Amino acid sequence: MKKTVFVGAFAATALVSGLAHAQSTLEQVQSRGELICGSNTGQAGFGAPDANGVWQGFDVGFCRALAAAVLGDSNAVSFVPLTSQTRFSALNSGEVDVLARNTTWTFVRDVDLSMTFVGTNYYDGQGFMVTRDLGVSSALELDGATVCIETGTTTELNLADYFRVNGMSYEPVPVDTAAEAQQQYLAGACDVYTTDVSALASSRASFAEPGDHVILPEVVSKEPLGPVVRHGDDQWADIVQWTLFALIAAEELGVTSANVEELKAGSNNPEINRLLGTEGGLGSMFGLDDDWAARAIAAVGNYGELFASTIGDQTPIGLARGLNAQWTQGGLLYAPPFR
Amino acid sequence: MASTPDPRTASSAHAKRTFHPSMLLYDQRYRSITIQIFALFVLMLSAAWLIDNVINNLRLAGRTFSFGFLSQSAGYDINQRPIEYTSQSSHGRAALVGFINTIILAILGCVLATIVGVLAGVLRLSKNWIVSRLVTVYVEIFRNIPTLIWILIFGAVMAESMPAPSSFRGDDPASSMLFDAIAITNRGIYVPSIMFTTELGALPLGPVAPSLNWILVLGVIIAGIFANAALIRHATRVQNATGVRPKTWWKSILILFLPVIVIFIALGAHLEYPELRGFNFAGGTHLRNSFLAMWLGLGFYTGAFIAEIVRGGILAISKGQSEAAFALGLQPGKTMRLVILPQALRVIIPPLISQYLNLTKNTSLGLAVGYMDLRSTLGGITINQTGRELEGMLLLMGVYLAISLTISGLMNVYNSRVKLKER
Ligand SMILES: N[C@@H](CCC(=O)N[C@@H](CS)C(=O)NCC(=O)O)C(=O)O
Repeated sequence: MKKTVFVGAFAATALVSGLAHAQSTLEQVQSRGELICGSNTGQAGFGAPDANGVWQGFDVGFCRALAAAVLGDSNAVSFVPLTSQTRFSALNSGEVDVLARNTTWTFVRDVDLSMTFVGTNYYDGQGFMVTRDLGVSSALELDGATVCIETGTTTELNLADYFRVNGMSYEPVPVDTAAEAQQQYLAGACDVYTTDVSALASSRASFAEPGDHVILPEVVSKEPLGPVVRHGDDQWADIVQWTLFALIAAEELGVTSANVEELKAGSNNPEINRLLGTEGGLGSMFGLDDDWAARAIAAVGNYGELFASTIGDQTPIGLARGLNAQWTQGGLLYAPPFR
Repeated sequence: MASTPDPRTASSAHAKRTFHPSMLLYDQRYRSITIQIFALFVLMLSAAWLIDNVINNLRLAGRTFSFGFLSQSAGYDINQRPIEYTSQSSHGRAALVGFINTIILAILGCVLATIVGVLAGVLRLSKNWIVSRLVTVYVEIFRNIPTLIWILIFGAVMAESMPAPSSFRGDDPASSMLFDAIAITNRGIYVPSIMFTTELGALPLGPVAPSLNWILVLGVIIAGIFANAALIRHATRVQNATGVRPKTWWKSILILFLPVIVIFIALGAHLEYPELRGFNFAGGTHLRNSFLAMWLGLGFYTGAFIAEIVRGGILAISKGQSEAAFALGLQPGKTMRLVILPQALRVIIPPLISQYLNLTKNTSLGLAVGYMDLRSTLGGITINQTGRELEGMLLLMGVYLAISLTISGLMNVYNSRVKLKER
């Protein structure tokens, strides 16, 4: 009888450890029927639930495109709001399949934290926002100011460097989320709010009086923001990466959510045909069907459409394309060839 | 199983000599041991499995286990720095700053909670209806709302309802300083600080290096307290021998205060007042919002529990004790101080220890308002910037465990001194 108990215990242990040895991320997502995407806790234009509780935004749109590519349904995503502090553990522990949350690609994160950055969906830099009545016109006038920063970000490291290098002092007020930072800043508990310029613009757009706040001209760092996956699952990293490239290439090739159905029937541009799966059989090379990219584009539009509808100059956020224009337009967006 | 003898016969008279393995399970004498060994075995197996899993997962993720990050430069700034620290200092030093901040908050929090709690506990028993009702309201409100909420409330009140430093500016400012010395702003409270003209230097105590001036002052204060205790013991001895208690109050005051005053004068102590400079007040001591929110939140929350403990302790002393004291002609104040409280302390101290421990552990909520304690530096930013979750968390656990064990050790020593001596 004791023997049976032992065998049972061993079996249980073996079973649990067996389960721990993971399926591939793609298999997990497919068998779950849902993509789990790590998002902002709320940054208008990038990732935030709208009045109906539906997540909207630029980063959110990327996750929807990915869900459309992998699962055929852009609504088969659940969004997990993550703070700057919790995002990497959430990804590492498998709580989310992908992180699309204005996360900067850095050496330490890529190499030492063992993340895989698949690319850049927004080229950004760190800036400073102050109230207009403070009368400050340059970041170099900020000596002695109280500065709100989110902890666990590149922001706090850049800030320390910038002030030290320029021989200035400051009083950091560390906060946990963008919402908290905005609240402290609006209450006047800090003079300056610093983070990625895109997030500053998005915060400012959500203020009651956006005109009362200025973003100072200095951009003090490079912040290439992009989707991140766990280290070690190359197939999944490829899928996420090429979904991003598909959106970028679609804009370059003139494929939009409006004409994608029509172009899918076949066109005389072989690159478009390979992108949309009428030629080349690319999708099956990483375990999807050949329509994957067409579905992603149909769901959220190409990169330019997604940008314009969430953060572009026609939206309250009002960001110009700047560095995020296609390489053919003097920007940095450049997708490798689909072949 | 079929061939095993019936366990009931096995436990008969000659069972001592004929041992059979099945008795391990069916014989009451051995069963509990068997179960314990089995449980231990399962425990060790699961521990081994966990550790093995960690090692495997770390290897799969291409990570190593090392504390080397502690000596790398931290790169981030900390606002409340009781010791020298810059963003160029190491993660280890950042952790030390956090640790000291944790200790500062824990000590000041326990002091506040004890004062508030003892006052409230005694006042709740007051015969004055309004006083006792008011205290009841305080106790119930604070006990029944989570401590984190209180911390956030205090933080929000400070940030939202106090004037900004800029409103102190100008010829006819909207706000002015209290007594020309204290500035209450939405970034915290600025109070004057004590500075010395003569600096004796710092004690070369490794990484901490406390100022010799303050060590001297502290030493004189402690010596004064001991001398005063000796004086009082002497007075009691005289009283026991002669029946007359010699007057001690002026000697006490002299012993306690004169040497400190002399030291302060000798070192040229003076007050440095906060003054508006640029964006903020400079000079003086800055009690930040994060600190105030934590201190008041933890102090008043824990104080409510201590009030109940104190009240319970006092009520636990039978009415006969105070009646006997009154019959001897003791006044109510003396009855409380000499008869009731010493006995009540025996009931109060053990639960008080756990309140102190709770408060100390609750300091780790500092992250919520950006108080830079150990959890926020080592367990927050450092872990986040270096990705050393496992190492950081293990360190964090070890430190909190050590702090808690130290507190309960010290309090247990005190408890054994006041508890009923059974002779
Ligand atoms: N790009 C920086 C900063 C990213 C970041 O967390 N930015 C904050 C600043 S606003 C944010 O987006 N917070 C949104 C939130 O808290 O939900 C990084 O990767 O460290």
